[in-house]
Amino acid sequence: MARKPEKPEGPMQRERHSEPGESAGLTREATVKIGQQLRAMYDEVVKEGVPDRFTEILNRLDKGDSEKDRGHES
Amino acid sequence: MSLDDRTRDLILKAVPNLRAFAISLTGNVDRADDLVQETMLRALANIDSFQPGTNMPAWLFTILRNLFRSEYRKRKREVEDATGMYADSLKSQPEQGSRLEFEELRVALSKLPDDQREAVILVGASGFSYEEAAAICGCAVGTIKSRVNRARNRLAELMSIDGLEDFGPDRQTRAVLTTARRA
Repeated sequence: MARKPEKPEGPMQRERHSEPGESAGLTREATVKIGQQLRAMYDEVVKEGVPDRFTEILNRLDKGDSEKDRGHES
Repeated sequence: MSLDDRTRDLILKAVPNLRAFAISLTGNVDRADDLVQETMLRALANIDSFQPGTNMPAWLFTILRNLFRSEYRKRKREVEDATGMYADSLKSQPEQGSRLEFEELRVALSKLPDDQREAVILVGASGFSYEEAAAICGCAVGTIKSRVNRARNRLAELMSIDGLEDFGPDRQTRAVLTTARRA
């Protein structure tokens, strides 16, 4: 039986996969430090959310579609 | 083209991560946002080739990555010093105050080859598995692993993070650090 997922799937919702110990040649401490900085930098942008211009693109396209559909019907 | 609510929602939900990835790749917010916009338009135009239930973020990341690569190839033909351009684009954004904190990391990232930069970001920041990152970049899993390793080593070197494993693994230290991380 397929279970209904509690949350939408996608890597962003999941536990991060980087395994700090895996970098050959670097200590775990250094690898962890780099990972933390990368994620902090990245999350800084993620926190900004969805700028309006991107929502507007989808809205415009949706609107354009429905107008086009109406045009076909008439 | 029809866009159902769920697909629309999935695309919007991926936008913040797509932007973060694009900014990490280009080092330039405006270029990154253009890249994300182009990615969305490309995705919407080809939405029929997306299989519902499969990994939407990975699909969108693949489109963005390929757009960036083709744009970059074009650019590289025109301008030899692409790394210099990247560095210049960093300097031209004094308004990004909060991002100055990561200036050292950004400069270090700009010095990595494209393939290493995208690999370390996809795995280390976006949270994709090695398998997903390999699919996005169109290469073998082992290739991604070695790119991520090389990228981390180079970043440590560039950022003067003292982390070369001179004496081999110190099990006790590792155990402590692991515990601290998971706490």
